[in-house]
Order: sequence, then structure tokens, then C-alpha cells
Amino acid sequence: MSDDIIIIIEHLVKQFKTLRAVDDVSLRVGRGKVLVIIGPSGSGKSTVLRCINHLETPTSGLIMVDGIHVDAKASHINAVRAEVGMVFQQFNLFPHLTVLDNVCIAQRVVRGRPAEECRRVALTQLERVGIPEKASAYPSQLSGGQQQRVAIARALAMNPKIMLFDEPTSALAPEMIKEVLDVMQDLARSGMTMVCVTHEMGFARNAADEIVFMDKGKIVEQGDPETFYTNPREERTRVFLSQILH
Amino acid sequence: MSNFQKNPEVVISPASGAIVSPIASRLEKVQWWLLAVILAGLLALYFILTDEQMTRVFFAVAGYVPFDPTQPGTTGALTLLTRGIGITLRTALSAYLLAVTIGLLVGLARVSSNPIINNLASLYVEIIRGVPILVLLLYIAFVVVPIVADALGLSTRDFPNEVRVIVGLGIAYGAFESEIFRAGIQSIERGQMEAARALGMNYFQAMRHIILPQAIRRVLPALGNDFIAMLKDSSLVSVLGVSDITQLAKLYASSTFLFFQTYSLLGLIYLTLTITLSRGVRWLEMRLSQDRR
Repeated sequence: MSDDIIIIIEHLVKQFKTLRAVDDVSLRVGRGKVLVIIGPSGSGKSTVLRCINHLETPTSGLIMVDGIHVDAKASHINAVRAEVGMVFQQFNLFPHLTVLDNVCIAQRVVRGRPAEECRRVALTQLERVGIPEKASAYPSQLSGGQQQRVAIARALAMNPKIMLFDEPTSALAPEMIKEVLDVMQDLARSGMTMVCVTHEMGFARNAADEIVFMDKGKIVEQGDPETFYTNPREERTRVFLSQILH
Repeated sequence: MSNFQKNPEVVISPASGAIVSPIASRLEKVQWWLLAVILAGLLALYFILTDEQMTRVFFAVAGYVPFDPTQPGTTGALTLLTRGIGITLRTALSAYLLAVTIGLLVGLARVSSNPIINNLASLYVEIIRGVPILVLLLYIAFVVVPIVADALGLSTRDFPNEVRVIVGLGIAYGAFESEIFRAGIQSIERGQMEAARALGMNYFQAMRHIILPQAIRRVLPALGNDFIAMLKDSSLVSVLGVSDITQLAKLYASSTFLFFQTYSLLGLIYLTLTITLSRGVRWLEMRLSQDRR
């Protein structure tokens, strides 16, 4: 059973100067499972996500990703990052590179793949997210939804075992949210392990295996999506859900 | 706005925002000062070429020795490469390349999180920026070079003055360029570095492939401006006896007493060089803002 756990987080604490952003959080994510983290802003959910690939250095606690201990050792960090793809709220595409080069550059620089293979992988992934025709465009020429799909393709091109999504639809115009969620749902169906910070309930209900609700740096409640949304145990969860569901 | 553009009779003036006729709008865009400068330059050129004395002064300042069949090799157009304008341009360009190289390295050091590297770089920048360039040049030429020569077991004469001033100017301007690079690197959104790192790149790969290409593009106009400044400051090398155009002008004026003609021409040569270059920088800026990505 423990073989199927790909992410282990134990007693994670992250202290920013005066603020305890994450306060003793423990989580397990099974291989091929989709975990959705929700919570009010400032609840520490993004920080948990960013600790998984060490974009934030934990103050204390243990993180294991696919058997690798994520600590300050550079070799460990790079080994983990190679297995973990990340999608950001602000897309963070590289504006000086074409879409194709955005998807190619890390394959070439980090994986050392030959140019022809990079190109082939990149085009396959762009196909997968539905915009192969934009390969030679620059990010600024794309809509927000297209940019975010390129960002997903860029992460997938590294063949990650895990994908992290940090509020991937929060910066999008309403009419572009669906195209990104569709890609994410396909990805979930294909068996990718995913940890998503998102408030999209439709996605959570369709794709998530487990929902975690965080508030003030702590996990308040966690469970399967159906029970979570229809019959939350905690009062704080109920208040929060009533606020985001109107 | 779009309504006005459809109507060819009226245009909104970019300068005043008023509605004006197309001709007036075009007249507004003409850079009259530049036209005036070009006209004055042409006029000056006419006087230089038609007046025998002015031609002589011009040749003397520019470093041109007219062709003399009795002394081939030391006369003719090639003399411009080894004296006057050739020296000015070569010194400015070499010192600038050195400065940009130093600036890039020190700029990277300034954004480094390693406290030793970071502090050493800050020390260099603060010291150099706090000393006049002329003093720095004298110090490097007459204090640092002899010490270095001594340490290497060489004679001071192994370091020609031209090399000393290039190193001096390069070190001085390196401090300014490093600030430009630092500002450029820090102007790139934090998400760019995070995205690159999240993809598995190490710090240097992310710098090289993601951050620097964007940062350099942003600071190109500032770097260009500093080349113009360097061209002007290269006149300081005349105090070390290097035969740039300022030095040649000084020598010629003091031996002929033609101060007005000589120094007017000297200024004119610098102006021609700097205005041409600044137009080039302006053009570069416009190109970059057009395909801003």
C-alpha cells in the first residue's frame, strides 16, 4: 500500500518573518490520484504546493517525493523538480521565446535532448493541449487561456510524474476557464498525479479523489469531493463553501 | 480615435492632442533640431573643405597626414588608424567592450545571494563610482600598472599608454554598466526565475537562457547611451599623452595658436560622432519597442 504513495508531507511548517503560513500540515498523495486544495487567500495552500518542489524552503517538517527526500541539497531538489511539473497562476511563459521554444528549452537544457526530439515532444504536447497551430507565435500573441495551455504543455514536455497547479484559472477571463479545465481533466483521466490549488468546484467534483480545506495554515477538513461539498463536517468549511458557491 | 482616423481631413496631434490637419501633424513630427544640426554640419564641412587653413587644421586634429610620395607608409589615409580618430574610436570601443564584460560579471555578482561575492561586487561599484574618472585613470596608469608590472617582473614600458587608458576606462565604466545589468536583471518578474527553476534548470541555466536574454533586451538603450558617454570620456586619455583627437588638437593649437579653429573643429568632430551614435541608439529603442514581447 505504501508503495502507492508518491508524495508524503509530514509536519510541514513554513514561517515567514512574522507569519506562520503553514502550520504543521501532513498530507499523503497516492500515485495517479488528484488532490485539490481549497481555502481562503492566505491560508497557506499555495505555500504547501511550492514546498513540494522546493520553490519555498520549509522551516521544518519532512517532504518525500517519489522516494526522494526534498531537502536543501541541490542534487535532491533538481531530481525532484525533474519529476514535478508546475503550472502557475500567472502562466510565467518566457516572453522572449516562441511557444515552441518555450516548450523545448527545458528539455534541451535540463534533459539534454537533441533538438529534433525536443521539437517532436513539444509538438505532441501542444497537440495534446489543443494549440499546435500556435507553435511559432509568441506568448504575447496568445489569449490567457492559450498561454496557460502552453504552460501546461511546457511542464508536460519534461515527462513529469506529478503535476502541481497553483490557481491555474484565477488569472483568466471567465470565458477561458473551461478550455484550461478541460485540459486538466483530460490529464487527470490519463492517470497523472496532480495536486491542484483551485476553487473550481466543477473540476474538483469531476476529477478530484480528495479535497483538502485549509485555513490559517492548518488543514481543517479533508475528504472525498461528494461528501465534502454536500455534507461538510466543520463549521468553517461550511462558511467558506457558502461564500464561494454563493 | 478610430472615427478620426477614418476621416483623412483630421488627425489628432500626438504632441498637443489637438485636432489638426494631416500636414500640420506631419510638420509636428519633424525633428527640427536634428535638421538644424545636419545643416550646420554640412555648412561647416563646406567651409573646412574650401578654406585651405581649415583643411589643414581638420587633418591635424583628425590625425590625417596627407599622402607624401617621399615618405610612403607614414602618410595617407591609413594614418587615421594609428592617430586621432582611429585612436579615439579604438580606445572607446575596446574600453567599452571591457566595461560591458566587467559590468555583466559584476552585475551578476550583485544579484548573487552569496554574501561574499555580493559584498565584493558592491565594494567595487561604490569605490569606483566615488572617484572621478580622471583621477582613476591617473591612478591606474601611474600606481596600479607599475605595481602590477613589478609583481610580474616586467618593465612599466611593457604596458603602452593606450592599454593603460583602456583598462582604466574599462574598470571605471564597468561599475556603471554593472548597475545597468543589475537593474535589468532585477526588473524581470520573479515568476520567470521560478518557472525556469520549476522546470529543473539550475540557477545559471535559468540566468543564461531565461533571465539575461530578457534583461539585456531591456537595457540595450541604456548600454548604448553609455557607449556615447564613453566616446566623450575617451578625451580624458589625452592627459596620458595618447594621441587621440583631443591630444592632437591640444598640440596643434599650442604650436599654431589657432585656438578658435582647432577647438571648434574638435568639438564638431565629437558632435558628429555622438549625434550619429545617439540616432542609432534611438533607432534601436524604437525597434525594440515595436516588437516588444
